[in-house]
This record gives sequence, structure tokens and C-alpha cells, in this order.
Amino acid sequence: MSNVDVSEVTRQREMGPLASALNTQPFWVLLAILIISVVMSFLTETFMSENNLFNMTRNFAFMGIIALGMTAVIITAGIDLSVGSVMGLSGVVLGLVLEGGNPVWFGLIACLLTAMATGFVNGVLIAYLNLSPFVVTLGMLSIARSLALVVSNNKMVYQFGPQEDLFLRIGGGTVLGIANPVWVLIIMTVIFSFLLRMTTWGRYVYAIGGNEQAARLTGVPVERIKVSVYMLCSVTAGISAFLMVGWLGSVTNALGITYELRVIAATVIGGANLMGGQGFALGAPIGAALVEVIRNSLLLAGVDPYWQGTFVGAFIILAVLLEKVRGKRGG
Amino acid sequence: MALLELRDISKHFGAIQALAGVSFGLEPGEVVGLMGDNGAGKSTLVKIMAGNFPPSEGHLYLEGKEVHFHKPVEARYHGIEVVYQDLALCDNLTAAANIFLGREIKRRLGPLKVVDHVAMFSRAGELFQELKSETRPRDLVRQMSGGQRQAVAIARTRLTDAKIVLMDEPTAAISVRQVAEVLDLIRRLKDKGIAIILISHRMPDVFSVCDRVIVMRRGHKVADKSIDTSSPEEVTGLITGAIEAA
Repeated sequence: MSNVDVSEVTRQREMGPLASALNTQPFWVLLAILIISVVMSFLTETFMSENNLFNMTRNFAFMGIIALGMTAVIITAGIDLSVGSVMGLSGVVLGLVLEGGNPVWFGLIACLLTAMATGFVNGVLIAYLNLSPFVVTLGMLSIARSLALVVSNNKMVYQFGPQEDLFLRIGGGTVLGIANPVWVLIIMTVIFSFLLRMTTWGRYVYAIGGNEQAARLTGVPVERIKVSVYMLCSVTAGISAFLMVGWLGSVTNALGITYELRVIAATVIGGANLMGGQGFALGAPIGAALVEVIRNSLLLAGVDPYWQGTFVGAFIILAVLLEKVRGKRGG
Repeated sequence: MALLELRDISKHFGAIQALAGVSFGLEPGEVVGLMGDNGAGKSTLVKIMAGNFPPSEGHLYLEGKEVHFHKPVEARYHGIEVVYQDLALCDNLTAAANIFLGREIKRRLGPLKVVDHVAMFSRAGELFQELKSETRPRDLVRQMSGGQRQAVAIARTRLTDAKIVLMDEPTAAISVRQVAEVLDLIRRLKDKGIAIILISHRMPDVFSVCDRVIVMRRGHKVADKSIDTSSPEEVTGLITGAIEAA
């Protein structure tokens, strides 16, 4: 072996912080959002209007909040197809609890506990019984939706008890001109970035997605971490449901139908790798923003709304393709 | 007194006898080659020492005291580290993150405890310097050569003051130059007084770094002798059964 001073080598970095930021998917997606926005601001007068921006940000906030939880799940090489149904179930429970004359905080806790319980069932089946996340959460997609029907008896809830005003203000109101769900999304993005980057929990989430066997051998509590990830993902669905019901002013068992698809799209577009081991908290809001910007732009450009799904789908495939190309270049 | 002593270790899985009455001792700074054909019981033996499962019969003594391991973490706690054949590394993490996986350095941030990236990068850098390996702590393991990956796996054993390092085929499937690097790493561990058990199929590697060679055949120890008094031909004969025992 050569006698060069290895300390020279061990201190080197592959690339600086700026270069590594340029190499991430959220950066390129953000660029795409900016380009679409600039083009749209020339094509239409309405796109950049305060009203439209307000609506767009609020719309993607509901999706982005769940995409944060989904990002953690996908980093562990899992998937959660049940988030839309969990929104429905926890939303209905929330509605009924409030209708029954309970205060908002009680409704929030009931809503989150319901979500947490579904996530716990998902997590235990996946981590301890070693069932495929796809199958377990597909089952839960059906179970939670059916329970929402059972619990609500297929009735709409539109009266939210003594603190109705407060409840509707939380989901539908604004602070400093920005919709409350957007604030929640911002705060939760900061929290998730912190969790994923700065805690051992985050480190283990990435390790499990990279090499589960290796993680287990080095003493990572793989099962417990997995359960926590699915519970967290369901809780984000519960939070989103809480805000969304407050914004809509009513809830039926159909709340959140097909939401799982859009959330997974946002997560993948935001740079989470379905093979596991890769993903960014910041990717969740950025991916959700792109999905919403496309949807909104097509509407404003007068494209038949029937085409929306085609475009969103094309972007999912494009995102995965982009990831593949970058992966090859990175060696 | 031997650092590690195995006495009459047997292991059976159902009707299959994987190990039958294996005994040997290991001195500090000693490198022992463990050889044998597939299914001879090498991996079972290593897994017992590493705490993956307990022996069916027999005793393990560490510095004269009997020990019972039920989990790998317990063996590690007693200073026995393992470098697994598939290396047990996470490709998507940095070298430093892999070294510290499961025992991250933390610092306080207000009321919270967070992982200390800076401290881990610098400590990992020190470990690589100590091993004289040109490996960068911030690089992703995915981008590394076989030799560098071995360096990461070996650096992990240096985190704590391990007394014994068990290595399972560290030189399989890497290039000639990298094999030389890995053998150098083994010599550095030996210089620090660490005892090493090296499982290998590669005769030249065993004869270049080991002090002693133990040959296993069908769960039995058939030879345990100093490298100086043996030869590759004799070991080959012992492995295949052409020579009954030595």
C-alpha cells in the first residue's frame, strides 16, 4: 500500500453542499414548478392572482401533510395505500365526536387516536408478521373505508357541536393571509426534516430501507421503527382529515377517496425512492406542489379536466425515470 | 489464560449435527485461520461465538469467565465484533453512518438529543487513518470499492475496544489489490493486540496473515496447528478428508 498521507483523503468530500443540493430530485422539481409558473403567468392573468395562489397552496397542503408521513414509509421500502381510507374513517369519527357535543380538542384526539390505531395495525402486521406492506395496507384501504360507512351509517355530518366556529376556523381560516393547513404543512415539514436528519430514529428509517438485514445485525430495533413509521403516516392522514373537514364544513364517509394515489404521486415526484433508502422531507411539499400546479394550470389553460389524470400519471413516470438517470450517473 | 476458550461445543439443528465437541483457545493478538469445506461447521461456530444462537452443549469462556450469548448485541458488549460475509452495510448511507449504525454519537440540542454528524465524520476519519485506508467518511458506501467496503466494516469493529474480531470470508469476491489492502487491515488489528478468527477459502491469505490454522470437517475439529508446521497441501488434504487428522 502507498505511503501517502491518508488524512488528506479521509477529509475530502465528494461534493460541496451546493453541488449535493443540485443533485437532489426536489431541486429539479422545484425548478419545474418555477418554469410552469412563469409560463402560466404569461399565458393567463389568473394564475398569479392572489386568490389562485391561496387556493393552490391550500389544496396541496392537505396532500403534502400526508406525503410527509408517506415519505418516511417509502424510505423504509414500504408503502401505505390506506391513507385515503384512514382520512375517511378518522374524519367521520371526528365529525361524530364533535356532533355529540364534545370540545374541539377532544375531537382532535379522537381523530388522531383512530388514525394511530389503523397505523398500529398496519405496522404490527408488516413488521412482526412479515406481511407485504402492499397487501396489508390494501386490506386496510378496504377495512377503514368500510368502517367509516359503518360508523357514519352513510350519513353526512355537518354540525360540529358547541365549538363549531373554532373548529371551522382552524381548518378554513388564515393566519397572515396564508391558509392554516399551509402553516401546518410548513411546521410539519420542519419537524420531519429534523426527525429524518437529526435523530437516530431518522437514521434507522434510512438504514432499514437501505439494508434491513444489516440494520438488524447492528442492533437497530427494526420492528419497532417500522411500526412507528406506519403509525406516523396514519397520524399525518388524521391531521389532514381534521383540517380538511374544518375547511369543507361537512364530512361523509367518502372523505379522502383516491387520495392515496395523489399522495404517493407527490411523494415519488418529491424524490422518495420506492425501492427504499432514499427520500427527503422537503420533497413531500414540493412534490405535492407540482401535482397541484399541473392540475391548476391545466384547468386555467382550458384543457378538458378529463386529461388531468394523464398528466399527473405522466409526471410520476417521468419522476421515476429521472431518478433512474441520476442514479446511473452517480454510479 | 486464553482470551476466548471454547470447550466441547456442540450444536445440532433437529437431527443434523452441525458441530461435535469442538474445543480451542484464542490468545490476544493471535490470528487464527478457520478452514473447511462448505457445511463443515465454520459458520455455525462463528455464529455461536458471535451470539447469533447458543450452543446445544459446551461452554464459552471469555478471559476465564463463562459467558452465555443470546443476541449479537451481547457478544458485542463483551468485546466480540463480527465482520459479516455480506458486510452488513447500508449502501444508501455514508461510511461514517454505517460505522456508527446502532450506536450513534449524540449531542444535546436544548432538551433534545440529536445525532452529532460532525463528531461522527471526524471520528470515522480518525479510524480510517488508523487503518491507513483511503476511505472518505462522507462517501456513500454504494460508490465504494470492495476493499473500501471492507475497511468500513472493519472500522466499525474499532469503535469499541473489541478484543476479538470474527471475519467471515473478507477476501471473497474482491480484486487482488484489494485483497492486499484487507490483509494489511488484518495485520493492523493484530498489532493492536486484537485476536482475529479468519474464515477463508483462500489458502494464500490464510498462510500470509495467520499464526494458526484450525481445520473443520463435518462438524469436527480435525486439525489445530501452527502455520509454520503446516503447509497448504496438508490443509487441503485435511479439508477434503484425504488426511484424516493432524
